[in-house]
Amino acid sequence: MSTTTLPQRTLARTNGWATAQVVINVLTAGAMATLMWASLLYAKDAANLAGVEQTAQRIFYIHIGCNVGAVLAFLVSLIGSIAYLITRKLDWDRVTQASIEVGTICALGTTLSGSLWAKPTWNTYWTWDPRLTSITITLLIYIAYLLFRNGIDNRQTRARFGSIYALIAFLSVPLTYFSARWFRSIHPVIMNGSNPDAQGGFGVGETMGHTLLVATVAFSLLFCSLMFQRWRQLRLEDRIEEIREEIE
Amino acid sequence: MAESLISVSNLYKRYGSKNVLKGVNLDVAEGQVMALLGPNGAGKTTLMRIVAGLARPNRGDVTLGGVSLGKAGTELRRYIGLVSHLPLLYDNLSGWENLAFFARMYDMQTPEPRIEAVLHAVDLWQRRRDAVRTYSRGMLQRLSIARAILHNPPVLLLDEPDTGLDQTSSQMLHSLIRQLGASNRAILLSTHNLDRALEWADSICLLRDGKIAYQASAATLTGASLRQLYAEASAS
Amino acid sequence: MSVLLQTEPNNNALVAPPSLENQPVQMHTGGGVGAYLRKVGAIADKDLRAEIRAKEVFSTMTVFSVLAVVIFGMAFDLRVAFPTSVVPGVLWAVMLFTGVLGLNRSFGAEVDRGSLAALLLAPVDRSAIYFGKLLANLFFLLATQCITLPAILVIFNVNIFQTWILVSLLLGTVGYVTVGTLFAALSASVRARESMLPILLLPVMLPVFMAGTKITGLVLDGKGLNDIQRWLGILIAYDLIFLVVAFLVFDLIWEEL
Repeated sequence: MSTTTLPQRTLARTNGWATAQVVINVLTAGAMATLMWASLLYAKDAANLAGVEQTAQRIFYIHIGCNVGAVLAFLVSLIGSIAYLITRKLDWDRVTQASIEVGTICALGTTLSGSLWAKPTWNTYWTWDPRLTSITITLLIYIAYLLFRNGIDNRQTRARFGSIYALIAFLSVPLTYFSARWFRSIHPVIMNGSNPDAQGGFGVGETMGHTLLVATVAFSLLFCSLMFQRWRQLRLEDRIEEIREEIE
Repeated sequence: MAESLISVSNLYKRYGSKNVLKGVNLDVAEGQVMALLGPNGAGKTTLMRIVAGLARPNRGDVTLGGVSLGKAGTELRRYIGLVSHLPLLYDNLSGWENLAFFARMYDMQTPEPRIEAVLHAVDLWQRRRDAVRTYSRGMLQRLSIARAILHNPPVLLLDEPDTGLDQTSSQMLHSLIRQLGASNRAILLSTHNLDRALEWADSICLLRDGKIAYQASAATLTGASLRQLYAEASAS
Repeated sequence: MSVLLQTEPNNNALVAPPSLENQPVQMHTGGGVGAYLRKVGAIADKDLRAEIRAKEVFSTMTVFSVLAVVIFGMAFDLRVAFPTSVVPGVLWAVMLFTGVLGLNRSFGAEVDRGSLAALLLAPVDRSAIYFGKLLANLFFLLATQCITLPAILVIFNVNIFQTWILVSLLLGTVGYVTVGTLFAALSASVRARESMLPILLLPVMLPVFMAGTKITGLVLDGKGLNDIQRWLGILIAYDLIFLVVAFLVFDLIWEEL
C-alpha cells in the first residue's frame, strides 16, 4: 500500500458513502418535520378522551416512533452479532455496536415518553406492563453491552464477546415479555386484539392512522441515518488506530 | 532423526493492529532442543502460545509431527506439554491432586505410577501431600514441569522456565531437559539467559521484532559471539 | 511419529507416546461420551475439592445471603403487615445477588493463576469445561440455599419448605448457573469483572426472577399445581433454551486466550 494511493482511495470510498449519508439525512429531516406537523396539527384529538389525557395522547406518536427505533436496533444488532460470529468481519461488529448505541437513545426515549404519557393517563409513572418491562430490560441490556465492550482491550475479543453477549441477552427478552404478560396488564393494545383491563385506550381515526404511519417511517429513517453515521465513524476510528500502529 | 517434529511456517500474528509476529519460520527436529532468544516484546511468548494452540495465527501454520494445528481437533493437544511463567496449577490442591486432576484430563490409565515417577523426577515426592500454595517459587516451577511432562508429550514448550529458579532447581531442570531431549522429543525453550541457552540447547534462534534475526547451531557459537549478536538485535 | 499423531478419535484405542524413562503412558484417545462425562466430573470434583480446602466461596456466599436476609427483614419489618407478601421477593433477590459472588470466583480464580491455560491445553472439549464448572456452581448455590432458607424461616416466620417452592428454586438455580457460568467465563478476563458480572447477568435473569417469585407467592397463598404450571413452564423453557445455546457458543469464547 503506497502512501499516495492510500488517502486517495480512502477519500474516494468516503465520498460515495458521504453522498448516501447526505441523501438519508435530508430524507430523515423531511420526515421528522412532517411528523412534527402531523402529530401536533394534522391528527385530530382522540374523541373518547378529554382534558389533559387528550393533550397527552399526542405523546403517543413520539412514543411509538422511539419504540420503532428501539425495536429496529434490537433486530439489527441481533443480525449483526450472529453475522459477526459466522463471518468474523469487524464491519458486522460495528453494525451491532452502532445500532445498540442508537437503540439505547431510542429505548430511553420510549421509556421517558411512556412515563410522561402514563402519568396523566394511568396516574403513575411506572407500571409492570409487559411491553414497558421488556423495553426497559432491553435498555439495561444495551447499556450492559456498551459497558462490557469498554472493558475489553483486544479488538477481536471485544467483537467476539460483545456478539456472544448480545446474542444470549436478546434471547431472554421474549421470555421476559411473556413472563411480564402474565402479570396484570393495563397497557392499551392499539393495533389489534382487545385487552379488557386496558386503560386510556382510544380508537385510531383516519388522521391518527396517517400520523402513525409517518411516525413509523420517520423514526425508521432516523434510526438508519444515525446508525449509518455512527457505523462509518466506528470504521474510521478503527482505521485511525491501525494507521497509528503502522506509524509507530 | 532429522524428521522435524515442530514445524512453523510463515507465521503472522496481530494483536489488534499491532503486528507481533511477521513471518516466522522454524523447525525443531526430533531429539533437538532449540532455544528462543530475544528482547522483551520480540514475540517469544506469542510464538509459544500459538505453537501450544492457545492463540490462533492470522496467517501461516504450525504442524506438529506432520499434523496441522489449525485443522487438528482436541486430540493433538495430547502431544504438547507447556511450561509457562505462570505455574498453571491449583493453589488449594496438593501437588499430587494437581497431577491426578491433569491425569484425568488426559484420560491416563492407571496414572498413579506415572505421577509417582514424575514427582520423584522433580524431587517433590516428599511434599506431594502439601497444598501448592505453600510451595516456594522453585518448587512451583518444578511441579509445573512435572505437569507438563506428565502425559509424556513429544513436543515440549518451555517459556522462560528458568526465571526465579534457585541453583538446585536450575540444575535439576537442566538435567531434565538433557534427559528429555535425548529421547525422540522436540523441545522449544525461551530464556533471557544467554549462557544457559548455549549450555542447554542444540540450536539457537534469535527473535527480533517479530522476525527471526539469526539462527544457528549452538556448537558454532561462543558466549561472546552470541552476546554480540544479542546486543545487535536488541539495539536496532 | 506419524503413527503416534493420528488424531482420528478411535474409541478406546491405546496410544503410547515414546517413553523417556521406559515407562509408557497409556491414554485413551477420543473416548466418546464416557470420557466426556468423566472429564466433566473431574472438573467439578476439582472445584469442590479446592473449595473444601479453602472455603472461600461457600463461606462468603452463606454469610452474604444471611446478611441480606437480615437486612431485608429489618427493611420490611417496620411497614409490612404480612411477611408472606414480601418473602417471595426476598428469597429470589437474595438468591440472585448471592450467586454472583460464587460465579465471579468460578473462572476468576482460574484466570488469575493461569490454570485456565492448562485446562485449555488438555485434550478436553471446551463444553466439558463449561459443564464441569456449571455443576460445581450449581452445587455451591444449592448448598448456600440450605442456609438461606432456614434464615428466611427464622427472620420472617414463613414456612417456605414446600415442595413446589423447592422445585422452582432448583429449576431457577439451574437456569441461573446455566447463563451465569457462561457470563462468568465472558467476564473473567475483562477489566472490573467483579462489578461487570451482575450488570451482564441480572437483566437476563428477569424471567427466572418473575417466574420464581410468582410461584413462591402462589404456593404461599395456598394455590396448587394448576395455578403455577405456566410459571414452571417458563422456568423449564428457560433452562432448556440456555443450556442448548450455551453449549453451542461456549466453544467460541476461548478461541484465543
